[in-house]
Amino acid sequence: MEQTQAKTRERPKPFVLPEYCKGCGRCIEACPKHCIQLGTEINPESGLVPIIIDLAICNGCGLCYMACPEPYGLEKALVELMPDVEELDRHAYFGDAKPERPQPQPIPDTVVPLPKMEPLVTKGSYASAIGALLAGCRHFFGYPITPSTEGAELMAKLLPKLDGVFLQAVSEVATVNLMYGCGGAGLPCMTFTSSPGFSLMLEGVSYMIGAELPGVFVNVMRGGPGLGNIGPEQADIKLACRGLGHGNTHAVTLAPSSPQEMLDLTMLSFELTFKYRNPVIILADGYLGQMTGRVTLPDHMIKPGIPEWAVYGDEMHRGNLICSIQLSEPDLELHNLHLNKKYQQMIANEQRADLYYCEDAEILIVAANTPSRMAKGAVQQLREQGVRAGLFRPVTLWPFPVDYLRPLLNQVERIIVVEASNGQLEDELRLALSHAEAPNLPRIEHVRHFGGVLPQQQEIIDKVASREMLMA
Amino acid sequence: MSDSVFYKTFDRHAHGQGLKGHATHYCPGCGHGLVHKFLAEAIDELGIQNRTVAISPVGCSVFMYYYLDVGNTQAAHGRAPAVAIGHKVANPESIVISYQGDGDLASIGLAEIVSAAQLGIPLSVVFVNNAIYGMTGGQMAPTTLMEMKTSTSPWGRDRLTGQPMKMAELIAQLDGSVYVERVALYDAKQRTRAKKAIRKALQMQVENRGFAFVEVLSECPTHLKLTPQEAENWVRDQMVPIFPLGVKKELEAEPWFHMNKPNFDPQTLLQQIEAAAEASERFSPGFPAHLHPEDISLKLAGSGGDGAQTAAMLITRAAINEGFDSTHIPSYGPESRGGTSYADVHVAKTEVLSPASPNPHVLIAFNAPSLAKFGPAVQRGGAVIYDSSVISEPPKLDASVKMYGVPFTQIALDLGKLLVKNIVALGALQAATNIFPAETFLTAIRSALAHKCSLIPLNEEAFKWGQKAVTDVNGR
Repeated sequence: MEQTQAKTRERPKPFVLPEYCKGCGRCIEACPKHCIQLGTEINPESGLVPIIIDLAICNGCGLCYMACPEPYGLEKALVELMPDVEELDRHAYFGDAKPERPQPQPIPDTVVPLPKMEPLVTKGSYASAIGALLAGCRHFFGYPITPSTEGAELMAKLLPKLDGVFLQAVSEVATVNLMYGCGGAGLPCMTFTSSPGFSLMLEGVSYMIGAELPGVFVNVMRGGPGLGNIGPEQADIKLACRGLGHGNTHAVTLAPSSPQEMLDLTMLSFELTFKYRNPVIILADGYLGQMTGRVTLPDHMIKPGIPEWAVYGDEMHRGNLICSIQLSEPDLELHNLHLNKKYQQMIANEQRADLYYCEDAEILIVAANTPSRMAKGAVQQLREQGVRAGLFRPVTLWPFPVDYLRPLLNQVERIIVVEASNGQLEDELRLALSHAEAPNLPRIEHVRHFGGVLPQQQEIIDKVASREMLMA
Repeated sequence: MSDSVFYKTFDRHAHGQGLKGHATHYCPGCGHGLVHKFLAEAIDELGIQNRTVAISPVGCSVFMYYYLDVGNTQAAHGRAPAVAIGHKVANPESIVISYQGDGDLASIGLAEIVSAAQLGIPLSVVFVNNAIYGMTGGQMAPTTLMEMKTSTSPWGRDRLTGQPMKMAELIAQLDGSVYVERVALYDAKQRTRAKKAIRKALQMQVENRGFAFVEVLSECPTHLKLTPQEAENWVRDQMVPIFPLGVKKELEAEPWFHMNKPNFDPQTLLQQIEAAAEASERFSPGFPAHLHPEDISLKLAGSGGDGAQTAAMLITRAAINEGFDSTHIPSYGPESRGGTSYADVHVAKTEVLSPASPNPHVLIAFNAPSLAKFGPAVQRGGAVIYDSSVISEPPKLDASVKMYGVPFTQIALDLGKLLVKNIVALGALQAATNIFPAETFLTAIRSALAHKCSLIPLNEEAFKWGQKAVTDVNGR
């Protein structure tokens, strides 16, 4: 009997910090000794009525503590050490706000040199997958969709051999959220998709931008709208440049035009996605994904590190948070201003364009992806005919490389936008020119196709000729 | 104050100012706080605080990251299991908790939770079922009981609005789950069980045994419009009969989950992508300018299964091995076999500009429709090589276009393998155009068959018969 009493006395007993008690009364029902009752006074800080405890018959069973939904509603202490809650210095009691733990440090990437190799002969989707592997990506998430699937298939074949992860998701919606998790852990990851799949991913892309997460999306664009077909189109430019889900979103959007660029720009994407902590979009087209060509390998590969902000699941990164919710309006505005600053940096630093015979061009053909190849052929043919034509090929669709275009505007008389969409590239061009407040805008014309039909070299030449003849 | 997995101050809750620094955002009597507490205790007891990643969902528990001093990620509505898997495979040592409410898990996120449970990668899912949407203000949930009135079932839930979804039973049926239990919070006994179950769900992950799922029947006094005590009774009397408590599945699962660290050895990677250090031997004396000075375009057309794409690929490989630029674009019908199959190929001295071949210099046609369709587009002075086994009467084309009828199919059948008719066509292409020396093609064919060496002699034979068919007729 005495022993039991001694034991009882040693058990810690509850005390309440009244401002943190919401008076829900779960502890009242839980206490077998009926030590607890609802108080009668409203706590002036919380505006709620906290409980009161009579410790006289409390045996320290702890059931009240277990019933309390608040982390700091009921506290425990040995009776002899129990503080006077009225007098208790709350600041001293809870200690410093910042938990003590090591400050996370970035683990940098390692650049690993590669020996000189013969060029590969491979198709665009494969080249992009190989670029990702060279950039240090060992985590792939995706859902099969034509005409992007070959990239995923190569990843499925190679990643297990490199102790990487290939995970076929239940949908594109799940895919982007797997990337959110893996990117949130600080690792390079990617997907291959095609237009309908990309539409499905956009909500998650917005979350990734909000939470500032890296991830590379290769969208091998196909014919739309709806199910459309599996032919090449460029009708997701508006999604990538103007519609990455809800809210204030942008991402560097790259438009390769050869299997070589599929590799090079995929590698670049991984660099940029970590540099800006923002997704990067590669817009390819159905032809480019399937196009086989010569692909020269780079002289190095990357072994990725772990950034300091990651939620990796270890001690160093324990204090980190990945989230896109900001409940307070001023906080969310600040966050948007921060994102805007990043967008401005991307606009300032990441514009890329390929200029072919532009120095003295009077007729500028603007085209990206596969149509730019037809345009290049047309320019060469036009030059042979003595026509001063040039090709302006945006490599970044967002930011639009207007800085490379502006110097040409004084000499250019006509711009002909060649694209496999309803003017989505032209809209980017017009918007960029409008923001650039460029004077003396040349006349803007176009050659457009849809549904898997691509503009051909001859009709570009015909388009140029139509007006040339008109002028003559 | 004892050490705890809760933050000492909830810095992220209104910047830790005032009462919010140490109080949750939950309504009085809400079950979430209890579940958080049991999680915090289990994490502490298992000593896994540093490697825990908690996924906060969308719903009332969206702010779980205010409270738990672990790695925190907040997910989109319903997607917590996908986000959790992303974390888990990024760092297999991490202990990942996916915490979800009923709208999140049992409605918008059904695909994610079902596929995660079937996949079975070790995760610990805590599912808080309070039969209502809390955060959005008391709407009908997938778990809302029949006849229960909510703001979106104001006349009571009826058959048209669905029936309560029993997730624990559903998850238990899936192959990847190793432990599934439904618990409640309405009295001390249930709370003890709930705490044990949550701890066990974490333990299963710590031991790499598989996917664990705990459904917690929880009180939402605010939207049930009940006092906390009445809400506890309501869960006991109304919910438990529909959502029976207890262990739904418990397997004696062996630890199985293991992942190696990703491999970044350059040699392994180069080997996997089949990069070659040595250039293949070159046989071509120079660019075949007799066909075009800069850029030769070819089209190969037939039905799916004719091998047009493989032949096109071999031409491209051969050209690049010779140091030229080359592209190949396939165009398929929707079927893998039997549909249309066209390939556009360019071989350029320095750079292929336009990779399309609307007006090819050379057309290889495997059937009559292909020849009829593309024959007229062949450039003046170009060449057409067609399968004379299946095209008896070729259309009349421009007189400057040279026509080579070669029985691709018959030769292939004579060799005993129909599949090699595209190689016959390549032999014919070589003999008809001399685009590259024969050895260039044969090297490309051998290299493509490096993994199926036994097929090399047959393919070489096919190539030679294709050449012979042209030279016999044309006397070359």
